[in-house]
Amino acid sequence: MLHIDNLHVSVADKPIIKGLTLDLPAGEVHAIMGPNGAGKSTLSYTLAGRAGYEVTGGAATLDGEDLLAMDPAARAARGVFLSFQYPLEIPGVPALTFVRTALNAQRKARGEAEIGAPEFLKRARATAAALKMDFEMLRRGLNVGFSGGEKKRMEIFQMALLEPRLLILDETDSGLDIDALRIVSEGVNALRSEGRSMLVITHYQRLLDYIRPDRVHVLAAGRIVASGGPELALELEREGYDKYASAA
Amino acid sequence: MTGLRDALLSRDETRLPGRRDEDWRWTDLRGTLRPLPAVSDAVQPLAAFDEPEGVQVRRFAAPVTAGTFDASLSVAAGETLWLLDRVDAGAGAYARDLALDITLGEGATLHRLVLAADSADAVSVTRAMVSLAPGATFHQTVLATGGKRQRIETAVAHPGAGARARLDGAYLLADGRHSDQTTILDHQGPGGTSEQLIRGVAADQARGVFQGRITVAVGADGTDARLKHNALLLSDRAEIDAKPELEIYADDVACAHGNTVGTLDAEVLFYAMSRGIPEVEARLMLVEAFVGEIVERIGPAPLQDAARAFVADQLEALRR
Ligand SMILES: Nc1ncnc2c1ncn2[C@@H]1O[C@H](COP(=O)(O)OP(=O)(O)OP(=O)(O)O)[C@@H](O)[C@H]1O
Ligand SMILES: [Mg+2]
Repeated sequence: MLHIDNLHVSVADKPIIKGLTLDLPAGEVHAIMGPNGAGKSTLSYTLAGRAGYEVTGGAATLDGEDLLAMDPAARAARGVFLSFQYPLEIPGVPALTFVRTALNAQRKARGEAEIGAPEFLKRARATAAALKMDFEMLRRGLNVGFSGGEKKRMEIFQMALLEPRLLILDETDSGLDIDALRIVSEGVNALRSEGRSMLVITHYQRLLDYIRPDRVHVLAAGRIVASGGPELALELEREGYDKYASAA
Repeated sequence: MTGLRDALLSRDETRLPGRRDEDWRWTDLRGTLRPLPAVSDAVQPLAAFDEPEGVQVRRFAAPVTAGTFDASLSVAAGETLWLLDRVDAGAGAYARDLALDITLGEGATLHRLVLAADSADAVSVTRAMVSLAPGATFHQTVLATGGKRQRIETAVAHPGAGARARLDGAYLLADGRHSDQTTILDHQGPGGTSEQLIRGVAADQARGVFQGRITVAVGADGTDARLKHNALLLSDRAEIDAKPELEIYADDVACAHGNTVGTLDAEVLFYAMSRGIPEVEARLMLVEAFVGEIVERIGPAPLQDAARAFVADQLEALRR
């Protein structure tokens, strides 16, 4: 599914990702943990195609296609979805309108027929119910006046409707209360399937109790410095990142 | 008052207002009409337009060469009127001066929507003089798409005395177009309110101008006057000029004015694109939302629908 090979990324001429290699096979869930400032968000933005994240070396491919050559919208149409650490607000664009526009733009790019309003509303209602979201809230400007946790839930709502193949969750658990964490995790788990892969960035083992990863990677100073099974997350929780500071 | 009419009728080009005139410094008509076109009554055919129901519609056809036009309207005491003034575009380089008188009787209500379309080569000035009686309500929305020079001026004589005025507007400019919305709000008596919200978008090499002057005369105590202008530059060759002015000679007055000029938020654009919305569509979506707030403030549904359709058409021009 996703192959990242010796990736180097600079932001404002400052190297942040420094030779990162990662393999995410189809159907697997990999967690990425690492200290603040290690480059986790930089990696997600780079995969999503944000301007200003300059790839100075290496490659990233999705099912063999060069991901880095595509603009963000084209990547999304290929199935990339980044759940933002800090979702943006769009006043004047109702959440429902936004998601339907995005869904139909993706479908158009893939040569599929658009989804009509009634069918879309039906899906949106079911998804909102599953995530225990107030449907009326979805008629307001996207994320405007939403709490931090509500914004995160809105990200998962969008993800569920857009049905991406590569899910990148950047600290989706931060800002969520205990119930919301469970609901959001259930939403994510519902999307787990053979053809779908996930990169789950988090600081906390707690999320990984809900979303069980196949593998855990430690990202420090722009590189993957250790990889292991789910037990690695438990070890990090106990011992912190000290021993990786020297490896980095 | 305006020099365009004087210049056209006297055939004297030196009477055109230009950048040396304080009120016209960003809407220089000098040199735009050379030679001055001959004034005649001949007008261009009106474009097809679905007239909304329940609304009084006035169509102002574009002149063939140059023309001066007048119209007046009054809303009787206690009556309510929904009015759509459509200033038609026509084709080619014409000069138009349109002077409108509007009078509202005591307790009367007027919702006025102005759809100002002009050709890219037009020099066009529309002036409305609005006079309010006590207790009258005047809500206006001007939507403009610019011309070679386009000026839409609204002057309101406000008696205070419970009368309310709202002057909203939006301009959506592409190519090398220019549009100027100028408002003059004269609070002449105590206890009046006024509110203005103007949103503008300028792409390419377009130029948007907003001038809003609020005067609160001696004795117009307790006036509440608010004015806000927000504009977006969609290209680094576009230009926005704005001048809010307050002259207050009364006591206990609440006046607020705000003016912002910015660009589309790159982070928000990326967010939308990362969900699969192509850049051009994402930009238009954000512009539509920005201007949409003006449209949503229009009370009467038929006027709101007409405004929304006008904006949608103009967004297509920004797509290119
Ligand atoms: N626009 C920028 N200009 C300069 N430096 C930047 C910019 N954006 C990020 N950085 C730097 O890049 C490094 C990595 O940041 P990044 O946001 O990827 O970290 P992170 O691993 O996601 O951290 P956190 O756990 O706090 O979310 C940091 O040192 C940060 O200061
Ligand atoms: Mg981060």
